[in-house]
Amino acid sequence: MSRVLVPQQPPAHRWISAERADDVAITQAIAGPLFTGFGKRWWLALLATLPFVFWLLVAIVWLFYRGIGIWGINSTIVWGVAIANYVWWIGIGNAGTLISAMLLLTRQRWRASINRFAEAMTLFAVAIAGLMPIIHLGRPIYAYWLAPYPNTMALWPQWRSALVWDFWAIVSYLLFSILFWYVSLIPDLATMRDRAPWRGAQLVYGAFALGWRGSAREWSRLQTLHSTMAALGVPLVCSVHSIVGLDFAASLMPGWQESIFPPYFVVGAMYSGFAMVVVLAAGIRWGLGLQAIITPRHFDAMARILLMASIVMFYSYATEWFMGWYGGEHADRAVVRFEFTGTYAPLYWALLTCNCLVPQLLWWPFARRSLPVLILVAIAINIGMWLERILIVWNTLSHDYMPSLWRSFHFTFWDCSFLIAPLGFFAFLFLLFMRLIPSVSMFDMRELAHEEAAA
Amino acid sequence: MTATLVAQFLDAETLQAALQRVKSTGHAALDAFTPYPIDGLAEQLGLDRSRIRVAMLIGGLATAAFAFGLQWYSAVIDYPIDSGGRPLNSWQVFLLVPFEVGIFAAALAGVIAFLRSCRLPRLHDALFEIPGFERATQDRYILVAASEADPNDLRTVLTDAGAVAVTELRLP
Repeated sequence: MSRVLVPQQPPAHRWISAERADDVAITQAIAGPLFTGFGKRWWLALLATLPFVFWLLVAIVWLFYRGIGIWGINSTIVWGVAIANYVWWIGIGNAGTLISAMLLLTRQRWRASINRFAEAMTLFAVAIAGLMPIIHLGRPIYAYWLAPYPNTMALWPQWRSALVWDFWAIVSYLLFSILFWYVSLIPDLATMRDRAPWRGAQLVYGAFALGWRGSAREWSRLQTLHSTMAALGVPLVCSVHSIVGLDFAASLMPGWQESIFPPYFVVGAMYSGFAMVVVLAAGIRWGLGLQAIITPRHFDAMARILLMASIVMFYSYATEWFMGWYGGEHADRAVVRFEFTGTYAPLYWALLTCNCLVPQLLWWPFARRSLPVLILVAIAINIGMWLERILIVWNTLSHDYMPSLWRSFHFTFWDCSFLIAPLGFFAFLFLLFMRLIPSVSMFDMRELAHEEAAA
Repeated sequence: MTATLVAQFLDAETLQAALQRVKSTGHAALDAFTPYPIDGLAEQLGLDRSRIRVAMLIGGLATAAFAFGLQWYSAVIDYPIDSGGRPLNSWQVFLLVPFEVGIFAAALAGVIAFLRSCRLPRLHDALFEIPGFERATQDRYILVAASEADPNDLRTVLTDAGAVAVTELRLP
């Protein structure tokens, strides 16, 4: 595959590293591969994810057949991997819309290169996150009881329950994210419709493009709608992850009942989500040959945000420890001590290393510019954030008020399945997305290229 | 005799200059089609301001009010649970669900208002018949202008302004 946009070192423009990137070249670079095919690499990658998809299906079927006893949970540690996964996946899911909306509102023009696939990441991650509480229900066939509907039992949902808040938060957020993503996709679907060489593709892209023509009225209305949705999206994202934080904070458990949880969860979500965007951006850049559009400067900007978020995370952990001590409650102090020295202490130290120590590498410009270093840091952050979520669950539940109830969690094969298989499923969905939909917003890139005088 | 002409330009600056020329020579500039949003183009064409945000506000608030009302009705009237004498109307907690669904409903109302104000979705448009119009979503900047009196003069104005192709639009 010959590259349409030839990247240059040093970059020719601030956010586009090709000397010339006119409208045709940008369209060709982004939409071209969708029509010519991605070749063997894409098929091999898709084939590699299929076993994970199958594994996830088997795990879910086995879970539904046997019940949640196949996990390492017990009557003390009633939450486990499914809840940690839920928080982790929705954290990643929050980042796409948050990044896209915040960067749009603050007029960060470099968002043009990353917003589309970051939002796609949101959709898939939220969908996977939404599965987790349902499979953890124990009786998933009754999941629909969460919705208020006229029923012969004359029952209503308990509106004061955190589970019901979760349900509405996830459903609203997922549907909102789909709309937000689709609205900014319409003009690019029209481009696909107009470029498609076969009738079938013309029909499909044409149907989803809704008859878009790119008129001045359509553009101005679309911009009004999109920016207003972005302004609404930021508080929505913050509220969604705050509600996830309330699942813990609204309880009476030591180590959970903390008012810092909602904001601390939001920062954690942005942190792990940005780390995931870095990994996906590197993959898309390499896979689709978009080196001219996703430039080292983009990675530099994202690395700075990761560094900032890691400092805020460390501050949040320190606040937790301080409040545990300052509150004076014996159980709270015991949980903090248990975190550092108890059963899961090695994991806790690993978490601190991954989330607080390793990202400090990004103070050095060479680390921000070096893709392998940045990817390793981003993966470490994602591992650290998952450990944070599982340890929030395990530490408190293993070290509650009543010493006679202290127990440990024992990881089973099925816990492992629900940890790993969804990653493959996510990769599978993402590969399909890359193949069918332009991964970078073409009209945003055209606008950027004109502003950068690269066109 | 009225004629509607479709002129294609190679960049946005030429299109905007042509639009000014068309207006100053007494013809009507109807619409412009561009591959990316051009700042100020809607104002130049004299398009009315959109009321999408009003629709979003109404849709969001109405849905939020409905959600709150549903919770209040179910918790206070239809299915009251007395839990240690706590108030049945726990309005602080009842604000969470209206906030979430309200924002989603605002977005949905916005999308519907957007589609209605742009008359989308549509299966076909007369402009799609114009040769080269498919490039309006890629690299062509297209101006649609009409002339009441003198179509030839309009054609000259557009060509002089730098149009690479001028086609007459025949409405069925």
